[in-house]
Amino acid sequence: MHNQFFVFLKALLGSCKDLLPIILVIAFFQFAVLQQPMPNIGDILIGLALVVLGLTFFIYGLEMGLFPIGESMAQAFAKKGSISWLLTFSFCLGFGTTVAEPSLIAVAKEAAIVAASGGIISDTIESQLSYANGLRFTVAFAVGFAIVVGVLRILRGWPIQYLILGGYVVVVLMTMIAPSWIIGIAYDSGGVTTSTITVPLVTALGVGLASAIKGRNPMIDGFGLIAFASLTPMVFVMIYGMVIS
Amino acid sequence: MDLFFEFLTTLKNTVVDVLPILSIILGFQLLVIRKPIPHVKQVGFGFIYVLIGLALFLLGLEKALFPLGKLMAEQLTSPGFIHAGEEVLTAIHWTDYTWVYIFAAAIGFSTTIAEPSLIAVALKAEDVSGGAINSNSLRISVAIGVAIGIALGSYRIVVGHPIHYYIITGYVVVVIQTFFCPKLIVPLAYDSGGVTTSTVTVPLVAALGLGLASTIPGRSPLIDGFGLIAFASLFPIIAVMAYAQLTEAKAHRADKKLEKRKIDKINKRNLNKNDKTP
Repeated sequence: MHNQFFVFLKALLGSCKDLLPIILVIAFFQFAVLQQPMPNIGDILIGLALVVLGLTFFIYGLEMGLFPIGESMAQAFAKKGSISWLLTFSFCLGFGTTVAEPSLIAVAKEAAIVAASGGIISDTIESQLSYANGLRFTVAFAVGFAIVVGVLRILRGWPIQYLILGGYVVVVLMTMIAPSWIIGIAYDSGGVTTSTITVPLVTALGVGLASAIKGRNPMIDGFGLIAFASLTPMVFVMIYGMVIS
Repeated sequence: MDLFFEFLTTLKNTVVDVLPILSIILGFQLLVIRKPIPHVKQVGFGFIYVLIGLALFLLGLEKALFPLGKLMAEQLTSPGFIHAGEEVLTAIHWTDYTWVYIFAAAIGFSTTIAEPSLIAVALKAEDVSGGAINSNSLRISVAIGVAIGIALGSYRIVVGHPIHYYIITGYVVVVIQTFFCPKLIVPLAYDSGGVTTSTVTVPLVAALGLGLASTIPGRSPLIDGFGLIAFASLFPIIAVMAYAQLTEAKAHRADKKLEKRKIDKINKRNLNKNDKTP
C-alpha cells in the first residue's frame, strides 16, 4: 500500500512537470505581452489541479487497462488465425471510435457553419446538420478503412513507406481537382480523428499483432496504424467535397 | 459542490464517448474470441481510472486553459493589439504579427508536451525499443515539430498563401527524409503526426486559426481558418525523423572518432617498431 502511494505520488509529480510549459507560456503572455491581470485566478488554479490529477489517473489506468486489453486481443486474434474476423474488428474499432469523437463533432459543426455562411450549402439548420453528419460519417468510414489497411500491412509485412508515400501522391492529385473550400477542412480532418482513448488502444493492437506474428518486428511493423488513420480521411473528405458540390 | 456536479456531467459524457469502443471490445471478446479477458479485474480498474482521469482532465481544461487560451488568441489577433490603437490605412505587413507567431509556437510546444495520447505512444515506443528511444526526447522532438508547424501555419494565414503549397513541400521533405533516416524510426515518425493533435491542442489551435482568419482583412475563415491542424500533424513527422538522423549521425561520429584513434595507435605502434628495427 505504502509502495503504491509512492508510485502515485511520483506520477503526480511527472504530470506537474508535463503541465509546467503551458503554465509558463500563459503566464508570460498574459503578464508580459498582453499586460492584463489574470481573470478568476481561483477557477484557474482549481482547473490546473484537476488537469494534473486527471493526467495522473489517465496514465495510471493506461498501463493497467488499455495497453493490456489491446495486446491480449491482438494475441487472441493472431492465435485464432481468422483474418476476416480480425479485419472486421479493425474496421469496427476505427469506425466506432471516430464517429463518436468529440473533437470531430466540434470541427464538423464549425465547418458546417462556415460552409453555410460562405454559401456552399443553404443556410438552414437541416442542411448544416446533414453536411456535418456527412462529414463525420465520411471521416469515420475513412478511419475504419485505414485501420483495415494498416492491419493487413502488419499481417503481410508490407513496408510502410510505399503505402504512405502512395497516399501522399493521391492527396496531392486530389488537391488539384477538389474544390478549394474543402481542402483546409480535409487536411485538418486527418489530424482530429485520433482521440485520446483510440491512440493507446490502436497502438497496443498494432504492437501486439506484430509481436505475435513470427518474422515481424514490433518496432517496424507494430507502429504506423495511426499514420494511416490520419491520411485516409483527407482523401475521403476531398471526395465528399467533390460529390456534394 | 457545483464543481462536483460538473465533474459528474463530464464523466457521463466521457462514458458516453467511450461506450462504442467498450461495446466493440466486449462484443468481440465475448462473441468472437470467446475467452475470458485475462486479469479482468485489473483491466476493469484500469478502464475506470482512464475514464476518471479523462473526465478530470477535460473539466480542468474547460475551467482553466481553454477560456484563457481562446481569450489570449483573440486578444493577440485583435487589431487593437496589433496596431496599438493607431489608425491603419495601409495594407497589413506580416511582421505586425510577430507576437502571434511566438504565441503559436509556444502554445503548440507546451500543449504537445501535456498531450495524453502522445505520452501513451512515447511510453510504448520506449518499451518496445528496449529503451533505445527515450520517451522524453521523442516527446520534445514532436513538440518542436508542432511548434514550428503552428507558427508557420499562422504565418500562412497572415500572408494568405494557399495551404497546399506548404503541405506538398512538407510531403516532399518527408519523402526525402524517409530514404535517409534509420528504418526503425519511420513508422513511429509517421504515427507521431497523428497523435499530436487531440484533446488539448485542437480547440486552442482552432481558436487561434479562426481568430486570425476573421480579423485579418481579406482572409476568409472558410478558406484560411482551417489548416493549422494539418501543419501540426505534418511537421512532427519531419522533426522525429530529424531527431533520429541527428542521433545516428552523433553515434556515427563517435564511432569514427574511436576508429580513428585505434588506427592512430596502430600506426604509432608500427612506426615505433620500424624505428627499433635497424
